[in-house]
Amino acid sequence: MTAPLAAVDRPASYIGKSVPRPNAKRLLAGRGQYVDDLRLPRLAHVAFLRCPHAHARLKSLDIAAATRAPGVVRVVTAQDLAGRYTPWVGVLTHFKGLKSPPQHPLVHDRATWQGEPVAAVVAESRALAEDAVALIEIVWEELPPLTDMAAALAPGAVPLHAELGDNLCFGRAIDAGAVDEAFAKADCVVEESYSFARHTGVCLEPRSILADFDPADGRLTVHCSSQAPHMMKEIFARHFHLPETAVRVICGDVGGSFGIKIHVYPDDMATVAIALLLGRPVKFVADRLESFVSDIHAREHRIAARMALAKDGTIAALAIDDVTGVGPYSTYPRTSAVEGNQVVGLTGAWYRCRNYRANLRVAFQTKPPTTQYRAVGHPIATSVTEALVDRAAAALGLDPVELRRRNLIPDDAYPWTTASGLKFEKLSHQAALEKLLTLMDYDGLRREQAELRRRNIHRGIGIACFVELTNPGPAFYGVGGAPISAQDGCTLRLDPGGTVTCATGVTEQGQGTETMVAQIVASALGLAMDKIRVVTGDTERAPYGGGTWASRGCGIGGEAALQGALALKANILDLAGAMLQAEPAALDLAGGWVVDRAGNRRIGLDEVGRAAYFRGDTLPPGVQPELVATRHYMPRQYPFAFTNGAQASYLELDVETGFIQLLQHWVVEDCGRVVNPLLVEEQIRGGVVQGIGGALFEECIYDQRGQLLNGTLADYLVPMAGEMPDIVVAHIETPTAESMLGAKGAGEAGTGGAPAAVMNAVNDALAPFKVRVTAQPISPWRVLAALGKG
Amino acid sequence: MKAPPFRYARPQTLDAALRLLADEGAGARLIAGGQSLVPALNMRLLEPTLLIDINGLAELTGIAETASGIRVGALTRHAALGASAIVARRTPLLAAAVPFIAHEAIRNRGTFGGSLAQADPAAELPACAVALGARLEIAGPGGRRRVAAHDFFRGVYETALGRDEILVAAEIPAQPGATLFLELARRQGDYAIAGLAGWAALDRSRITDARLVFFGTDIRAVEARAASAALATSLDAAATALDRDLAPVADLNASAAMKRHLARVLLRRACAAAVTHAA
Ligand SMILES: Cc1cc2nc3c(=O)[nH]c(=O)nc-3n(C[C@H](O)[C@H](O)[C@H](O)COP(=O)(O)OP(=O)(O)OC[C@H]3O[C@@H](n4cnc5c(N)ncnc54)[C@H](O)[C@@H]3O)c2cc1C
Repeated sequence: MTAPLAAVDRPASYIGKSVPRPNAKRLLAGRGQYVDDLRLPRLAHVAFLRCPHAHARLKSLDIAAATRAPGVVRVVTAQDLAGRYTPWVGVLTHFKGLKSPPQHPLVHDRATWQGEPVAAVVAESRALAEDAVALIEIVWEELPPLTDMAAALAPGAVPLHAELGDNLCFGRAIDAGAVDEAFAKADCVVEESYSFARHTGVCLEPRSILADFDPADGRLTVHCSSQAPHMMKEIFARHFHLPETAVRVICGDVGGSFGIKIHVYPDDMATVAIALLLGRPVKFVADRLESFVSDIHAREHRIAARMALAKDGTIAALAIDDVTGVGPYSTYPRTSAVEGNQVVGLTGAWYRCRNYRANLRVAFQTKPPTTQYRAVGHPIATSVTEALVDRAAAALGLDPVELRRRNLIPDDAYPWTTASGLKFEKLSHQAALEKLLTLMDYDGLRREQAELRRRNIHRGIGIACFVELTNPGPAFYGVGGAPISAQDGCTLRLDPGGTVTCATGVTEQGQGTETMVAQIVASALGLAMDKIRVVTGDTERAPYGGGTWASRGCGIGGEAALQGALALKANILDLAGAMLQAEPAALDLAGGWVVDRAGNRRIGLDEVGRAAYFRGDTLPPGVQPELVATRHYMPRQYPFAFTNGAQASYLELDVETGFIQLLQHWVVEDCGRVVNPLLVEEQIRGGVVQGIGGALFEECIYDQRGQLLNGTLADYLVPMAGEMPDIVVAHIETPTAESMLGAKGAGEAGTGGAPAAVMNAVNDALAPFKVRVTAQPISPWRVLAALGKG
Repeated sequence: MKAPPFRYARPQTLDAALRLLADEGAGARLIAGGQSLVPALNMRLLEPTLLIDINGLAELTGIAETASGIRVGALTRHAALGASAIVARRTPLLAAAVPFIAHEAIRNRGTFGGSLAQADPAAELPACAVALGARLEIAGPGGRRRVAAHDFFRGVYETALGRDEILVAAEIPAQPGATLFLELARRQGDYAIAGLAGWAALDRSRITDARLVFFGTDIRAVEARAASAALATSLDAAATALDRDLAPVADLNASAAMKRHLARVLLRRACAAAVTHAA
């Protein structure tokens, strides 16, 4: 049970209630305002010519015919932009040894992935721009592609960027405890290799940007579909040499992001550069085909892993070797070191084992850059750990649940520091696992599975315990020099009618941030939610903040909103006290009224507002109403607020076709204080679906020449509702003591844990055949290959 | 993903449409439901100079019961085909196949004729047309001709249709046996990795006659004659004989060998289910 949250624990509190999203109706009614809906006077449209090869030298570029084509405003090449921007480099100082070359908006002389933008056509419509792109005459000299990660890192491999010396973008080694000794003494050692395909995040709304430069006042306004408006403002100012005061970034409605919309993309930067060049608004909206070759990709790991155990099931040591590929550049400004860094940091982190070794090597390749995507590194770390645990259980003749019980960090052992150095404030692994087993009726399912096996029906049960990194502090990015804010602010204003306008630095991507903020503010001020107006996404209207990433919206933005609301409340009560000649401490807010201790209504908030703004003459002398309050919040005690949970998958495997039918999925999740169960559960469900996507469906299939073979929505298999199981979600609440609200993050837990549960379930179903599948996505092809069929 | 420029015409009669086709020559394209054509235009895989919209041609509409079976107009939407009582009674194979074609929104627009003319090797309706022995009615500058479905499909997106011809309708004999229909696709609505469309005539629990057509495996819907003949011997014999009927082509989801394997699985399952159902 959760301790009451005094500040908002009142009869009409919205905290803990499944309040539906007020903005959902507007979006469903088709009244959303996405970047592509904006129509500005003199708006021109941008289409890009992209390199068709994985690696090629630009021999010649003839834009004459394209320039003369109907409706064309300008054809822009790298030469036109030279000197107008500072190139960007995706390194941060706290990732020692991380290297990456400077990156530019358009290809100068060499392209390093299929899809890299080379030239931009600006025209009166997107269709005319595309017509003209087809008229650009370009000659390429193909260079050898570098697609395979291991080949890129092999001795003697030709470096993709000669000036960097080799293809190792980043490396990290961890060696904690006495690993060799533990392996030497172990009763049982299991080892296995795993591979995780490259995939991408498919947002309903593609990346979109509209840049508008007004040469008369020297101001750049950028409307973009982004997760981090303040970060983008900083970047545009920095790289286009504009004063901070001259840049405004506005993010209206955003149709999903998942990490895709938090990076600096060459085509976005080119669009801004073009607006500055032309002095008129220009828009670029990535279409679905170019999204597949220009959005960041994710994952792509090959991991060799070993686990040592004692006879009683105690995990004695764990060792992994991770090779991952990140394309030709480390992505700016977050870098492409983080995914691999999280894999080595998180693997095994929820078990007591103290002996841990990890080796990470991050390779350059000629494929699109990979970097942070929902649940960065988590699905990999969880899949590898939990698969090894299942193998070990089988080797020791133990039930997989029992092996977990014997090794999970006990619920009374906190605070805990992992072998890799991560600090856990307080988690609930044991409680989560037991709750999961009850929720799914584990023993009943095992009986059903055994019964069906006798009839040649092969079902599998897979369990995965996991942690999720949320609410990061400045040690995540800021410390390395990135213009990324770990703090967030919230400004609240009481308006004359007794309603509240509230601007926050965290952003709305469709996940319900505005609802969450309104719930907290309404609860703290004793107002109905429809009396709260939440403003997000505009750097000129919202307090400074980091936006949406690393599951921080509620834990950080929510706490800032709570503190801000309490500050505003104090100001309101001060004023009301002066008006009523009462002690502010003897007053409270409820139902839109200032009330006394007994709950008697003394004066309405509308009266307070009106007196403050219109009838200052009625106020006692010396009283200056301050009906605006701002508070900021940033976690300080722990670098991250880790959360935890357990997931289970139940599925049926057709051993003749290799097809998998997902029957049911369960998640028990501890994100601390649950402000809105509906929103949290939908985050979990959506996350699970994305995790299942990676586990069973999604893969950017490249051939040896570095050509993407399935870059359309017909061929790239996004998980769809028809194949998804019912997903049952339950909560444990272990609030963080660091904040008053006690909320941690919930946005990535589903994605982090689901692939592990599903892979374990598949292998559980395959157990009678003594074969395993360890490559994701687990396609029918891979299942049949394991079974030696087809 | 914007279509290249083209002109557009919407003739009201078949003759007018044929004339437009003849006059424009190689640059002309018919558009029916647009569910295959429009994506191809937006991806600039096709650059026609003139789109001839055939949705106004009354001659191409309707489903009618005939003495020997049914007649299906080329403009019949997939959804209408799936909802037709005549189809369900006379050619239940077609009714069984429709839910597997794409998704509802696409079935509301996509047409029977468009699907046959598109000749995707993994599509359901071409396989059904072959399995049911459909005869396709084609109008051209020289008048009408009829082509057996078996001869109509030539290869990937290749048919017996001439550039200047329009598919008008299909005459489909009543289905002579129980429906066989199975398909394996990664997701509901995707094109098949391997599929089987056919029918089996049964005498109690023995298959006396059958037609098995596989789609999604080869470069076109393939009638498995050797396997059908071997069914008289045993299911095992039929599964073995299937190797002689198919020449599978790998795609992103399956190797040729895997397609061969899956086709065998489908054959066994469909025939076993028909026999169980009859018993
Ligand atoms: C997401 C998606 C999934 C799909 N999945 C499937 C699936 O699983 N199975 C499946 O079978 N189909 C699938 N389709 C295709 C769909 O069934 C199409 O409707 C069908 O293939 C073409 O029919 P249409 O009427 O839309 O033809 P159009 O797209 O209008 O035309 C297709 C081609 O046929 C020609 N044509 C059309 N009518 C005639 C005619 N009467 N005479 C001569 N030529 C003609 C056109 O010139 C064009 O070349 C899918 C489509 C989409 C978009």
